[in-house]
Amino acid sequence: MSDKITKEEILRICNVQPKKCMKCGKCSGTCPAYDEMDYHPHQFVYMVEHGQIEKLMASQSIYKCLSCFACLERCPRNVEPAKLIEAVRLAVIRQQGKNHMTENDVPALLDEELPQQAIVSSMRKYKK
Amino acid sequence: MPMNQEWKPKIVAFCCNWCSYAGADLAGSSRLSYPADVKIIRIPCSCRLNPLFILRAFQRGADGVILCGCHPGDCHYSTGNYYARRRMTALFGMLSYLGIDSRRTRVEWVSAAEGAKFAETMNDFAKTIYALGENVKLEDLRCKEN
Amino acid sequence: MQKIGVFVCWCGSNIAATVDVKAVANAMRSEPGVVYSTDYQYMCSENGQNLIKDAIRDYKLDGVVVCSCSPRMHEATFRKTALSAGLNPYMVEIANIREQCSWIHKDMEEGTQKAMVLARAAIAKVKKNAPLTAGTTPVTKRALVIGGGIAGIQTALDVADAGYEVDIVEKSPTIGGRMAQLDKTFPTLDCSACILTPKMVEANQHENIHLITYAELENVSGFVGNFTARIKKKARYVDETKCTGCGICTEKCPSRKGLNAFNMGLNTRGAVYIPFAQAIPNVAVIDTENCLHFKTGKCGICQKNCSAGAINFEQKEEILERKYGAIIVATGFRPIDASAFDEYAYTQSKDVVTSLELERLMNAAGPTGGVLLRPSDGEHPKEIVFIQCVGSRCSKDAAKGKEYCSKICCMYTAKHAMLIREKYPDTNVHVFYIDVRTPGKNFDEFYRRAAEQYGVDYIKGMVGKVSVEGKKLHVQGSDLISNEQVHIDADLVVLATAIEPDPTARSIGTMLTASMDTNDFFTEAHPKLRPVESPTAGIFLSGVCQGPKDIPETVAQAGAAASKVIGLLSKKELVGNPCVAHANELLCNGCSQCEKVCPYGAITYEDKEVRGPEFRGTKRIAVVNEAICQGCGACTVTCPSTAMDLKGFSNNQIMEEVDAICR
Repeated sequence: MSDKITKEEILRICNVQPKKCMKCGKCSGTCPAYDEMDYHPHQFVYMVEHGQIEKLMASQSIYKCLSCFACLERCPRNVEPAKLIEAVRLAVIRQQGKNHMTENDVPALLDEELPQQAIVSSMRKYKK
Repeated sequence: MPMNQEWKPKIVAFCCNWCSYAGADLAGSSRLSYPADVKIIRIPCSCRLNPLFILRAFQRGADGVILCGCHPGDCHYSTGNYYARRRMTALFGMLSYLGIDSRRTRVEWVSAAEGAKFAETMNDFAKTIYALGENVKLEDLRCKEN
Repeated sequence: MQKIGVFVCWCGSNIAATVDVKAVANAMRSEPGVVYSTDYQYMCSENGQNLIKDAIRDYKLDGVVVCSCSPRMHEATFRKTALSAGLNPYMVEIANIREQCSWIHKDMEEGTQKAMVLARAAIAKVKKNAPLTAGTTPVTKRALVIGGGIAGIQTALDVADAGYEVDIVEKSPTIGGRMAQLDKTFPTLDCSACILTPKMVEANQHENIHLITYAELENVSGFVGNFTARIKKKARYVDETKCTGCGICTEKCPSRKGLNAFNMGLNTRGAVYIPFAQAIPNVAVIDTENCLHFKTGKCGICQKNCSAGAINFEQKEEILERKYGAIIVATGFRPIDASAFDEYAYTQSKDVVTSLELERLMNAAGPTGGVLLRPSDGEHPKEIVFIQCVGSRCSKDAAKGKEYCSKICCMYTAKHAMLIREKYPDTNVHVFYIDVRTPGKNFDEFYRRAAEQYGVDYIKGMVGKVSVEGKKLHVQGSDLISNEQVHIDADLVVLATAIEPDPTARSIGTMLTASMDTNDFFTEAHPKLRPVESPTAGIFLSGVCQGPKDIPETVAQAGAAASKVIGLLSKKELVGNPCVAHANELLCNGCSQCEKVCPYGAITYEDKEVRGPEFRGTKRIAVVNEAICQGCGACTVTCPSTAMDLKGFSNNQIMEEVDAICR
C-alpha cells in the first residue's frame, strides 16, 4: 500500500494524455473553483506530465475540484484535466483505504444548486 | 568449394523513379558502396510493381527482392506507395506460405536525399541474404521447363 | 530479328576505372540481337553522339542501349540523338553503370561483371520496347479564375497582361472578396480599400478580363488545355448593361429586412442593393427573399424610379458554356461560425463580435461610420478584450474547431488593438493569447509596438468563460505567467475566429478532380517545389484556398500561379508523356477497378465494338485519357485481367529485365 503512485499509474486510471496540452490555460481560465485551489487545472496537467504526483496528492486542490467538467468541455485539445484531477483523487483514496466521509454525511451538504454530476462525483470522491 | 566458385546471391531491387532510384544515384555520387549483388530495376512508381514480377524473380532464382519507394505521403503520384504497401503486405504473407523466407523480401522507403540510407539498406539486406544462403526456386507447374 | 546497338561509355575514368569497358563491349557483341557494340570515352559528347547516330544509320539499328550514367542524367540526351538519326526515341534504354555500378564498387572484376548484367537487362528490355509517340493536344488560350477576391483579381491581371483572355467567375454580386471588407492592413496600416479598389477597377477595365459576377460554376469537364466549364449566371433582376449604379433604387426600396452581408450582418439593407459603394460591377441586385415584389407581387417602386429602365423582374438565370486551357482556383475563406464557442457568449450578446465584424465597426464605410461603438447600445467601449485562437489549434478529437493555426489572427489582433489605442487612448485593451506568432517582415516589430508603445495588455493564457452581466461582459481567463485567474468586466469582446475554406470549395474541388486535405484546403502538387499547382494538371491554386495566408503572400502566390498559367497557355500544343497506361480491349472486361486507383481520374469507360478471337460484339472497356495519365502504373497492377499495361514500362519489359538479372 505504501507504493509510490507513478505518473503512469495516474494516466492508466484516467487515460489522459497530458502531452497534448499546449499550455493555453483555458482550463484554469474557466475553472469556477480556481480561487480555492493551490494547484490549478493547468498545473495539474503540467505536474502529472512531470511526475510530481506526490505534491498533488498532498494538495487540498483535489477536493476543491467541483467536477463540473468545464475544463474538460472547453479544452481546445481535449486534454480532459478534470479526469486527471479525478485520477489523483482516486489514487489518494485507494492509498488511504478509508472513507473520507460516509454516504450519510452527503445529504446534509447538498443544496438545490448542486449539479447532478457533482453529487455523483462526491460519492466517488468520498466513498472507498 | 574453390574460392572463385564462391556463391553470390542474386538480389533484385525495384526502385521508383522519383525517390529511391534518385536515392540510389545519390549513393553512387556520394561513393557509398553496397554489394554488387544488388541490381536495380527502375519503375515509375512503387505501385507499378506487380506482385508477379517478384514471383517471377523467385522463379528465376533470385535470393532476395527489395522494393524501394517514396516515403508515405511523398509519392510523386500522391498515393502510389500506399497501394504498393498494401499489395506487398498481402504478397509477403503468401510468399512465406509458398516457402520463401519472409526475410528475403523487404519494402523500404528511401527518398531522393537519402543516399546513405539507400546504401545502408542495401548493405543490410545483402547481409541478411548472405546469412540466409541460397534460396529455393519457385516452380511454375503450369509451364515446367523441360 | 532485331538489330541492337550497344554503346559503352567510359565517362573518362569515372566508369573505366572500375569497369573494364572494352570487356563489356566485347561481351555484349555476342548477345543475341546485338549487331554492333562499341565503347567511347564520352558518349554524351558531340563525337560520342555522332558515333551513335552513324551506327544507327550504318547498321539500321532498331534499338539502342547506352551503358553510361544514370538515365536521370542523360536519357533525354540520347533519346534526342536517336531521334535525329531517325530512330524512335523510345527505342533507347540506358544501363546505369556509373552511379549504380562503377562509383560504388572498388573491385574491377566485380564492377565489370555487374555492368555486363545491367547491360544485358537493358538489352532484354529494349527488345520489348515499342516505338512510342507522345500525343499532342491543342491548348485553349483562355483561363478561368474561380473567385474574385484579391487572389483571383491578381492572377487574372497577370495572366491578362500576358495577352490571354481571362474570365473571373464570382459568386457574389461584386468582386473584391474579403479584402474589400477590411479596414486597414498590417503591418503598414494602409487602408485596404485604397489599395484594392484600383485593382478592381483595373480588372474591370482590362480588355482581356471578363467579369462574370453573381455566377456559380456548375460543371467542369475536359483536361489540361481543354476544359469546358458550365457557368450559371444567377438572375440579378437588374440589367447589367443598363444599370448606371446611381443607387436611387436602393434608397427607395421600402424593404429593410435584408442583412447586409458586406457589413457581416451588423446592419440591414434594402431588398435591391449594391453591396458597397466601390462595388464592381457597380450594378444593383435584387434579393428575392426580401423583395416585396417577389413576395407579394405588389411593390415595384424600384422599377418606377429607375430612369435607366434597368430593373427587370422577368430576368432568368443564364447558362454559359466556355472553353478554357487552365483553371485557377481562388475561392478564399470565411471566418468559422463563432456560435459553436458558446463559452464566449457570442450568441448571447451583440457586444461579443468576431474580428471581421470589428473590421466593419472600425471602417469609415461601415455601419457606424468608422466610430467604434458597441453594437448593443451604441456606446463607446472603454474596456475591450481580445481572445485569440478561437477555433484554431484545436486537436482533432476536440469537440469543435480546426487543427491548424489560422496564421493571420495574431497580426490583425495586434492591428486592431493598436488602432483602438491610437484612436481612443482612454480605452483599455487586453489580448489573451496562447502564443503570439509573428513570422513575417516587420511583423514582430509591429506586435512589440502594440505592446510597448500603445500599451496593449497582452495576457498569456486563455479565456475560459464570458458571461453577460447587465451591460458588462464578465471575462474570466487565466494569466499563466502570474498564475492567477483574471477577471475583467469588458464592454466589448472580440473573437479572433479561425478561418476556414469557403464552403463552395469542396464542390469545386470535386468538379475539378483536384485533391483537398481534410480541412478542405486544396493540396498542392508538391508542398515545396510546386506550391501553386494542383496535382491535377491544368488546375492552379491562388490564395487562401490552399492554406491560410495574409495579403502579401496571397498576392505573391497569385502571381506565381499566373506565371504557371502563362507558361501553359503560351504553348502551342501540349506534348504528353507517351509512357502512359493503355487497356487491351480484348482482355478488358470493364470491371472499374482501375478507375478506382487512378489518382488523376484519367480512366473512363465506354461501350465499344470489339472483334477478337473469343469475343465479338459491344462491351464496356476502360479508356485512358493520355493527356491526363501521368504513367504511375497503379492501374496496371490492380487490373485483374492484365488488360492494363504501361507503355515504356510494360509487364513484358520488366519481366525481361528480371529474367536477365536472375540469369
